[in-house]
Amino acid sequence: MIQTIGIWVAAFLTLCIFSFLYKDNPFYKFAEHLFVGVSAGYWAMYSWYNVLLPNLGRPLFIEHELILLIPFILGIMMLLRLFPKIGWISRWPLAFIVGMTSGYYLVTFLQTNALEQARATIVPLQNINNIILVIGVITGLFYFFFSTEHKKAVGVMARIGRMFLMVAFGASFGYTVMARISLLIGRFYFLLGDWLRLL
Amino acid sequence: MLILFIISSLSISALDTPNDAGGSVTLKFSYPFPFISGEIMRREEGKEFERMVAVSPSDTYWIDNSVEDGVKYYYQVVLTTEEGVVASEPASVISSPQWFHKGRTTMLIVVLVVCGLILFFIRQAKGGKGLYIRQIAGLEAVDEAVGRATELGRPVMFIAGIMDIDDLQTIAGITILRRVAKKAAEYESQILMPTSRSLVMTAAQETVKEAYYDAGRPDIFNPNNIFYLTDDQFGFAAGCDGIMMREKPGAIFLMGSFYAESLILAETGHSVGAIQIAGTAMPSQLPFFVTACDYTLIGEEFFAASAYLSKDPLQLGSLKGQDWGKAMFLALIVVGTVLATFGFTIIKDILMVQ
Repeated sequence: MIQTIGIWVAAFLTLCIFSFLYKDNPFYKFAEHLFVGVSAGYWAMYSWYNVLLPNLGRPLFIEHELILLIPFILGIMMLLRLFPKIGWISRWPLAFIVGMTSGYYLVTFLQTNALEQARATIVPLQNINNIILVIGVITGLFYFFFSTEHKKAVGVMARIGRMFLMVAFGASFGYTVMARISLLIGRFYFLLGDWLRLL
Repeated sequence: MLILFIISSLSISALDTPNDAGGSVTLKFSYPFPFISGEIMRREEGKEFERMVAVSPSDTYWIDNSVEDGVKYYYQVVLTTEEGVVASEPASVISSPQWFHKGRTTMLIVVLVVCGLILFFIRQAKGGKGLYIRQIAGLEAVDEAVGRATELGRPVMFIAGIMDIDDLQTIAGITILRRVAKKAAEYESQILMPTSRSLVMTAAQETVKEAYYDAGRPDIFNPNNIFYLTDDQFGFAAGCDGIMMREKPGAIFLMGSFYAESLILAETGHSVGAIQIAGTAMPSQLPFFVTACDYTLIGEEFFAASAYLSKDPLQLGSLKGQDWGKAMFLALIVVGTVLATFGFTIIKDILMVQ
């Protein structure tokens, strides 16, 4: 019985969302607000029980890991923005997060996005695939030079690089659209099979 | 005679695991003859051997992560064969942490070179040397988009992706937000900004507030226009779609880290007739933005936006330094490829980072 109610509710909400294809309407608004509200509540509780309590609450207040006083204080500073007169204090933890992130990711990104990519591109030019790979990467890099005017040889290289990018985007577009259609088919399968039992 | 030969060929070597933070020992062993069962034994100075782990004929090494730094340990491999039980000569080792990871020397050099280039060009820019930056169409259109929204009497909508403030793309998006907000303040237009993370909302509120102050219009800044929706990816997309349909923004900026919701957002924005400028470094989402938006900042263009819009010498110098970094990698790829074609992998080996 409960499962049947669940299927009917899911089918109703699916149709509510699908109704957006016609135009914005009260059914879509209802489903949208329900979705946003339920998910916001879910994530608030999820963060409390799976992030805040296990990573800060228990280790700090029960196991007395005093190093965690630093994030605790930063968190309190962030909450001070609720009080307009001292709200400026919340900029400090924000500045800490942004600065720390930029520094922390410098090495990671340099390794994964530069060194590893360069390594993977260094291949012997013994077949057409490798030749296309090397030309694509080199001309693509030319496209992303910002401090040089894209004229003459640099311009030609950048244009070829741009063509490579567009071909890659086209292939990726087609691939992802096919994946999205399979999701749509899954939804129709639910409506026609689980709900209407026509399949 | 056979037993004696097995004992002599059975060996174990123990060494402090290199390039680690201590507390680890690596054992390597070889046993050229088949055996029924095998064990690794360990003892500390002045204590008895104790069994650590069972080994099979395919095992050639084992890492012991349960050691204390500065303590001398003895290891022995003991095998049970059809001829009897045989044990290797004990090998001793002391674990210690290393300050420098030798396997990451290349990374250190690359970081120093790239940072050095950036600092050099920042210094040049500060010294008054004019640095060129090529035209980026998507960024040229920022002012036009905000102006158009103002003419239509509609708000400007800005979405900084669905990731948190610790994502570099979100930070880049917030940087562009400042410029968009300042222009909106100059035109006395409003910015609508739903966020999917509370910290992004906080950072965005501060950024927009400062931009309105800079433009001399703090009176029209409304912090309630920058609000949190939900952390949920598709809940956020549904909420943004609803806002687009009801508020009908004249310009929509999609700047940040996006995933599967990208096409949903861009398509809805297109349907309400907004001029759309997108920017992301997510390769899988770029095709959708290229298809559905008027302008798209592709990858690095998105990160260069800050320097492009501000024309700040410090940021322009940084951009120039990064370009030289790219040129360095370009040269490495060309030379490495030519060498690899002739069978030399020296460049590829140098770029290997553990």
